[in-house]
Amino acid sequence: MKILVPIKRVVDYNVKVRPLSDNSNVDLNNVKMAVNPFCEIALEEAVRLKESGKASEVVAISVGKTDSQEQLRTALALGADRATLIETDSILEPLAISKVLQKVVEDEKPDLIILGKQAIDGDNNQTGQMLAAMLDYPQATNASELILNDSSVKVTREIDGGLQTLELTIPAIVTTDLRLNEPRYASLPNIMKAKKKELNIIPASDLGIDINSRTELLSVELPPSREAGIIVETVDELVSKLKDEAKVIQ
Amino acid sequence: MSILVIAEHDNNNLKGSTLNTITAASKLSDDISLLIAGSNINSVVEESQTIDGVNKIIKCDSENYSNSVAEDLSALVLANCDGYTHILAPATTFGKNLMPRISAKLDSQQISDIISVESDDTFKRPIYAGSCIATVKSNDDVKIITVRSTAFDAATTNNSGTEVSEISAEDSSGMSKFVGEELAQSDRPELTAANIVISGGRGMQSGDNFHLLDSIADKLGAAVGASRAAVDAGFVPNDYQVGQTGKIVAPDLYIAVGISGAIQHLAGMKDSKVIVAINKDEDAPIFQVADYGLVADLFSALPELDSAL
Repeated sequence: MKILVPIKRVVDYNVKVRPLSDNSNVDLNNVKMAVNPFCEIALEEAVRLKESGKASEVVAISVGKTDSQEQLRTALALGADRATLIETDSILEPLAISKVLQKVVEDEKPDLIILGKQAIDGDNNQTGQMLAAMLDYPQATNASELILNDSSVKVTREIDGGLQTLELTIPAIVTTDLRLNEPRYASLPNIMKAKKKELNIIPASDLGIDINSRTELLSVELPPSREAGIIVETVDELVSKLKDEAKVIQ
Repeated sequence: MSILVIAEHDNNNLKGSTLNTITAASKLSDDISLLIAGSNINSVVEESQTIDGVNKIIKCDSENYSNSVAEDLSALVLANCDGYTHILAPATTFGKNLMPRISAKLDSQQISDIISVESDDTFKRPIYAGSCIATVKSNDDVKIITVRSTAFDAATTNNSGTEVSEISAEDSSGMSKFVGEELAQSDRPELTAANIVISGGRGMQSGDNFHLLDSIADKLGAAVGASRAAVDAGFVPNDYQVGQTGKIVAPDLYIAVGISGAIQHLAGMKDSKVIVAINKDEDAPIFQVADYGLVADLFSALPELDSAL
């Protein structure tokens, strides 16, 4: 059983992102980059399935600039067996990324594809579902539990009102939510070993698919700011402010 | 222009997020159709006939859609979406799960989680957990859109007798089988629909201590939420989570208790009308967005608040 895990290089989650001074985009100069946290959870799940003997190979893949190799090396250090970068200098939208991944899946023929539910840069929450549609595969998004069997995968999903459980025939696509697992840290010996693992680079232009943008980013602005209010001294003062000034309680 | 809105419901009642989505649709055109697909959905259809701004209801009553499985519901939408220029759904777990499948099949780049309609092809949406707002123009023929419900008022419901047409179900793919559902049972309002929300963070120290919030919530008719830190620590289930990766809320009053105010939490609540923060750390970032801050130990402040109400 082979598992494919797509990985995205994003701004580290601790960085507070701001617009460029001309508001043309976000300012990503000299900010720390990392593996998207939901992709880390996806990779962790795949590696655990391999460690438990249910999967035989874990392949990490990324689509992006040449420096995405750093995140693929991290994936190799965390337990992926090999990695592929589909290299392009363009910023791809989820639709284009899904088309690239579709090509990769047709070539690699994995049994299971695990992705993060969203990347924390664009917050789109689209790629897994789009890829599933293009491949005509079943999908389970926002997974909090995954049980892999020989010909199916049972997934518990986080939905707005609680939990939903689906059973998908494989090959299938699963996207991860926060509580699926707690990803490990890469150990120094594994970081050293990862340097020797296979990392292929394929130019996106070799795939012969249309990856042009369908949308235009017209501007990026800060949200309207909220002014700090006042500090009250006591609970009684708070309650009277809420009743008489803000009039939000009776 | 002609808009198709996909209704979110539980086969008995329409979800409120559908009404917000219709308001977003009405900013685009007054030609709005509402697709309701589910099983034994007469009550949902009747309720929907009262929504102002909806010209036409398209009903598909079939077992195939009783659980809104994305594979089957997307196939139904695709078979019935000819002629529409925009297809909208709420940006809830329902819409997020469904819409990208439709988008991919129509070869259109979806615009997720819009907070405003600037024109028929240009929308504003938050990125980076709401740290920035992007204005995005779509060049696709059919626009596929999910709508952040807190950014649009609910459509009014004074209409009656909206025309209903029935369509037949598509075959089920059979690839995805619904096994079961565990829905949280609560007498309190739903987080995203509540007028008052009281949330606890890591400062609550344990799940047991959430009863301190429950009692206040009952007095205020409030929903109880939590920060991601409290969910990660296992204090409460994930459906309590308010934030970038949880629910987005904008109640009249939001009370944050023992929550430091990480960016990812602020992304989920900073559009609330009035924010109250109770935290013993006076430097906590939550105080920078709070209208009323109380620097206090929550274990003494909460019982005091409870008895003052």
